[in-house]
Amino acid sequence: MEIKNNQPPVLEIKNVSKDFSEVYALKNVDMQVFPGQVAAVIGENGAGKSTLMKIISGVHLDFEGQVLLNGENVYFKNPKEAAEKGVAIIHQELNLISHLSITENLFLGQELTTKMGLLDYPKMHRKAKELLGRLQLDADPRTPVIQLRVGQQQLVEIAKALLLESKVLIMDEPTSAISDNEVELLFRIINDLKSKGVAIVYISHKLDELFKIADQFTVLRDGEKIGSGNMKETSHDKLIQMMVGRKLTERIKKKSALVQEEVLRVENLCFLNPENKNDYLVNDISFSLKKGEVLGICGLMGAGRTEVLEAIFGLFPKYVSGKIYIEGKEIRIKSVNEAIEAGIGLVPEDRKLQGLIMNMNVEKNTSLSNLNRISSFGFIHKNKEEELSKYFIKKLNTRVASSKMEVQKLSGGNQQKVVIAKWLATNPKVLLLDEPTRGIDVGAKSEIYTLINELASQGMGIIVVSSELTEILAISDNILVLSESKLTTKLSREEATEEVIMKAALAEKEDKSQKTGDGRQETGISSD
Amino acid sequence: MQTQNLKHYLVKFQSVIALLIMCIVLSFLSDRFLTGENAWNVMRQISVNVIISVGMTLVILTGGIDLSVGSVLAFAGAVTAGMLKFGAEFTDWDIYLGFTLLGALIGGILSGTFLGWFNGITITRFKVPPFVATLAMLTIARGLTMLWTGGFPITGLGDNMAFIGTGWFLGIPMPVWISAVIVLAAVVLTNKTKLGRHIYAIGGNETAAKLSGIKIKKVKLIVYSIAGALAGVGGIIVTSRLDSAQPNAGFGFELDSIAAVVIGGTSLSGGKGTIMGTVQGALIIGILNNGLVLLNVSPFWQQVIKGFVILLAVVIEKFNSKED
Repeated sequence: MEIKNNQPPVLEIKNVSKDFSEVYALKNVDMQVFPGQVAAVIGENGAGKSTLMKIISGVHLDFEGQVLLNGENVYFKNPKEAAEKGVAIIHQELNLISHLSITENLFLGQELTTKMGLLDYPKMHRKAKELLGRLQLDADPRTPVIQLRVGQQQLVEIAKALLLESKVLIMDEPTSAISDNEVELLFRIINDLKSKGVAIVYISHKLDELFKIADQFTVLRDGEKIGSGNMKETSHDKLIQMMVGRKLTERIKKKSALVQEEVLRVENLCFLNPENKNDYLVNDISFSLKKGEVLGICGLMGAGRTEVLEAIFGLFPKYVSGKIYIEGKEIRIKSVNEAIEAGIGLVPEDRKLQGLIMNMNVEKNTSLSNLNRISSFGFIHKNKEEELSKYFIKKLNTRVASSKMEVQKLSGGNQQKVVIAKWLATNPKVLLLDEPTRGIDVGAKSEIYTLINELASQGMGIIVVSSELTEILAISDNILVLSESKLTTKLSREEATEEVIMKAALAEKEDKSQKTGDGRQETGISSD
Repeated sequence: MQTQNLKHYLVKFQSVIALLIMCIVLSFLSDRFLTGENAWNVMRQISVNVIISVGMTLVILTGGIDLSVGSVLAFAGAVTAGMLKFGAEFTDWDIYLGFTLLGALIGGILSGTFLGWFNGITITRFKVPPFVATLAMLTIARGLTMLWTGGFPITGLGDNMAFIGTGWFLGIPMPVWISAVIVLAAVVLTNKTKLGRHIYAIGGNETAAKLSGIKIKKVKLIVYSIAGALAGVGGIIVTSRLDSAQPNAGFGFELDSIAAVVIGGTSLSGGKGTIMGTVQGALIIGILNNGLVLLNVSPFWQQVIKGFVILLAVVIEKFNSKED
């Protein structure tokens, strides 16, 4: 597809290649970015999107090919130089210093000073206030950023880029951690920037979002450009096909042969907020989970979804009350070990921070919760460990060069499979999955859905917490909707639609929402 | 590919290569360096540092630090010497307990273990950062040593006691035997056991380790206790070698120990490093000390040079890990 445009591109990438030792991360990639337009870069994890952005913003220095800014060949020696020349990047991970104030973060490295050489706080605060106003962020610029919500922090990052008056703004998954309200706000800001002639490079997994905001797209796969064109002339299916190079089955086909045997029952589960004695993170929730059932839990951000799992898993025994039954027997779980013994596994929300030891290899991560089973007298049987890991690599189709590979070298999807393998190895009766597909590519996503389905059909009880409604709808037999720490609705697969769920999730929120403007649920249709 | 492989090996065996180069250079500069006598001399001198550095390595692998090893060493040495020489007398009840050598040794090691355990308690139970907790223990244990000895050395401990620090067995000095056994045990611990794996996991990612069912507090408590116990063993050897427990023994030992661990390639943020690396680190420091003495370099310059070697080792390490 030819991109037609009457303006010359502000940023142009010509024939860029980059190799890491022997593997090509990028091969002869071309791309053009026009002023006042949003250029989407799409691709599975490991497709080379981040590498490309790092080349543009001066992080990677050794690459082949050219980067042209306003038709001139540029070579940025570091991100700071790129920013000064008008190419700013907003990273996926927030790069703010948490104990410094908004102002201090905004002006970091480019502080305004008085004639004496001291910091000119009044002037900086004034400018910061003005910027925050433009972004509709109602906060005192003196507030330490640690006190802001993730979405607000994202806005501060954007403000930082605005301060530089960038001509090209690169946004790497800007909506991965923010609520719907904030997404809308972000889109308004992007439109505003567009009208001022700023070019935006937008990286996202969420195709839905791209159709709303992007003008052009470039699809990368395995480091190569697969296609590009105008967003208006393409479709969901076409993009997905380009990304994965194969067709995906849309939804998981469910076997509806549910056994009636209960594996987990929770009665009057409460989880007191450790920081506020008058507040409940989970307020009086009861439900039951049958063998072979996939129970989806959804709700707005902060509704207590993750906390339900943490309460069951015994992470905060001092603050949790209520009764938990496994196969009809009441148990009291006071530690992770007791949870494992009781047959409960938890795949946590953040695999890098909570799930994996990043500098350990696949084998050691897989066996971490199972060392008892593969050791005698405290000594680990290395051959058993290897066997265990290889069994799960095969079973979960984890793509690794060897079981001795460090997990930090794996892609997000494969890392997630290692975390799941660790918990499957404990042979759980109940598996709790918190955002099992966050930040992983479409291919791995559908593999994980298939796996969940398969595990359930073998009799495991599974609870999935997700902020993607389509995910919940695709895999759950029954759905719990939480709102304000309480259970508002229980829906069966047949009754559940996005509208019904959203209504339930907003049930008790309506009256307060104007005041707090608090996070709305991610409703975007997931990319498969 | 060939050069890649070569580079890989150069990086892997950098400490061994550094050691070899040092030995070759020193044997040219001093004809007293490359003699059997001097070799045992070096080995004997570093054995105490090796022993306490094994404990330090375990602590640092969990992401902690132990500044108290020098003082704990002095305390354990003083306890051993005191028990051996004076026994325990309770005049009120007219009880006198004498101790055999074995009893005194166990007493010394247990007192070190207890102080290490106390470190572990303050760190895990009261959430005191390891740096602060063990800094406090550094002065507490030193003070206890002064109280125990009254500020004077306890001397005249007998031939049996002296054998531990100065004796030879099968042609090898006793301290070298002891450190070798401890190193071997620690290598097995870190590579083959559950506890070892847990130590690496905690240093690598404490949150993930906790969520995987690892008992963080228990493991840390064990690790600090081991560090204390090994400081105790070190204290016994030092006391035995001097035939006296000095109240200011082990002063500054924590620094040599941390230096050995760091030169050996263990990351101060935890999760990465090996016991054998630490042994090589201790060897590098030991040979450097020995060589500088043989070359009659002034003690003041020795300290400056040692500092630069530590810096150099860490810079090379950083450079290499970036290349990866």
